Amino acid sequence: MRTNGSDGSADVSPKGAAAVRMRGVDKAFGDNVVLRELDLDVTPGERVVIIGPSGSGKTTILRLIMTLERPDSGTIEVGGKHLYHQEGPRGLRPAGEKHIREVRSDIGMVFQHFNLFPHMSSLENIMLAPVKVHGKSRDEARERGMELLEKVGLADHANHTPGELSGGQKQRVAIARALATEPAVMLFDEVTSALDPELVGEVLNVLRDIAEEGATTMMLVTHEMGFASEVADRVVMFDHGQILESGTPDQLLRDPQEQRTKDFLGAVFEH
Amino acid sequence: MQATEPVDRPEFRPHRRWYRRPDVLVPMVLVTIGFSLLVGAGEVTGRYQSRFTAERDVVPDWEYLFHLIPQMLRGLFVTARATVLGFTIAVVLGFLMALARRSRLRVVSWPAVAIIEFIRSTPILVQLVFLQALTRATDVVSLSGVQILIVGLGVHYATYCSEGYRAGINSVVKGQWEAATALNLSPWIKWTRIIIPQAVPNTLPALGNYLIAGFKDAPIADAVVGVSGLLFFANTIRAEDFRPVEPYLLIGVGFLLVSLPAAWLVRRLERRLAYERI
Repeated sequence: MRTNGSDGSADVSPKGAAAVRMRGVDKAFGDNVVLRELDLDVTPGERVVIIGPSGSGKTTILRLIMTLERPDSGTIEVGGKHLYHQEGPRGLRPAGEKHIREVRSDIGMVFQHFNLFPHMSSLENIMLAPVKVHGKSRDEARERGMELLEKVGLADHANHTPGELSGGQKQRVAIARALATEPAVMLFDEVTSALDPELVGEVLNVLRDIAEEGATTMMLVTHEMGFASEVADRVVMFDHGQILESGTPDQLLRDPQEQRTKDFLGAVFEH
Repeated sequence: MQATEPVDRPEFRPHRRWYRRPDVLVPMVLVTIGFSLLVGAGEVTGRYQSRFTAERDVVPDWEYLFHLIPQMLRGLFVTARATVLGFTIAVVLGFLMALARRSRLRVVSWPAVAIIEFIRSTPILVQLVFLQALTRATDVVSLSGVQILIVGLGVHYATYCSEGYRAGINSVVKGQWEAATALNLSPWIKWTRIIIPQAVPNTLPALGNYLIAGFKDAPIADAVVGVSGLLFFANTIRAEDFRPVEPYLLIGVGFLLVSLPAAWLVRRLERRLAYERI
């Protein structure tokens, strides 16, 4: 499903359609306010690229959705289900760990620093969650794991441990691992930032393949503007914990309205 | 769906984790067997006495010293057995203490911190004397000398082991915990598959060092609560024969006999596990 992503900066889509819906989300670390009253909607199958200066809270959005951080206030829905709240007799109440685990199974994440399990082979890394969380048989998971490794071009590295792989290969295994649980929403947190420049391409190619299949909702934080304009349905410019503007790659990257966006893009493209 | 060609796939070969590698596993099994043999052999009783008189003017009298060796070995056995039993308690109790200290419930974690810090910062000598006082003065506890040593060592070193476990757990980097969350692993799977396998290689050398330290602390009990271990052996012989040099030389030998190979094993283990630390 493709959306035209022409909703401009309003960022509100009709109820029921959202893959991710954030309403009034605040997050601060101590005195440092990272997100202010954030509203953000992502429709199913949409590919949203989040850009902005470092420290603007981009990564925090992904980490809140992945439940690696808890929001101070506001609500987050994933696939129509509240992530941190449960419907109670007197409205919403904070959810228990069990509820969060249930909703979380729809979400997958790829990290900047891969976070592969160093004591397991590539294939074991990929098989772990399908077998231990989703109740697949080992044979089924192995078969699927090998398919995913072929997809990311690393079938011959199935028995290698992360220590024996290059950065780009590690990241491709990490993507395969996240895909193995078939999440509806995939979060990519600066997945090429820790890589040597010559290894960035192989990882972006894998991301492109996933984007082309179009089944997965993708939220990406990245500094690869060329890649962003190529795969994104919508680019969101983020600054000081708020959405500054948002639009299709053509609108936002070629013809930004806000001065701060212009400054940011100018600084990025200089390099 | 396209017809899938039988692609040339490598055979699935699970990564050999450290606990499946023979160079780590064999020594650990040997140590475990040694432990069980020591424990299984049961307690030895009977007093020490010399049946041979030393030459008055020869110090050290080597013949006299050789004559004492069997009794020294008996003392060594008593000390080693109590150490091993005490340390078994320490390893298990220490793990529970580490878990309690990490607990999110403050009713659990605060007392755990208090108890661990209290025991760790008081000398084992005082703790042994206190246990003995409890035995003598109250009906609540009734322990023999060896039992006091075993319980004392167990509780005292449990606090050290718990710190060892804690350091090992903290050495597992944040990204590993986050990946476990992102994959939605249950707490049980997270701990048994991700955290503990990575924490243990960082913990084992510390535990080995505590075992050796505990062994060297054990003779304190000989002096204060009358365990018939190595030091007790030497003290008895000195009192009977007025010959201190030979028996004390022998205890030195007895400790070296155990401590040196143990320290070597720990260093080796540390090296073998080093590459697991990432």
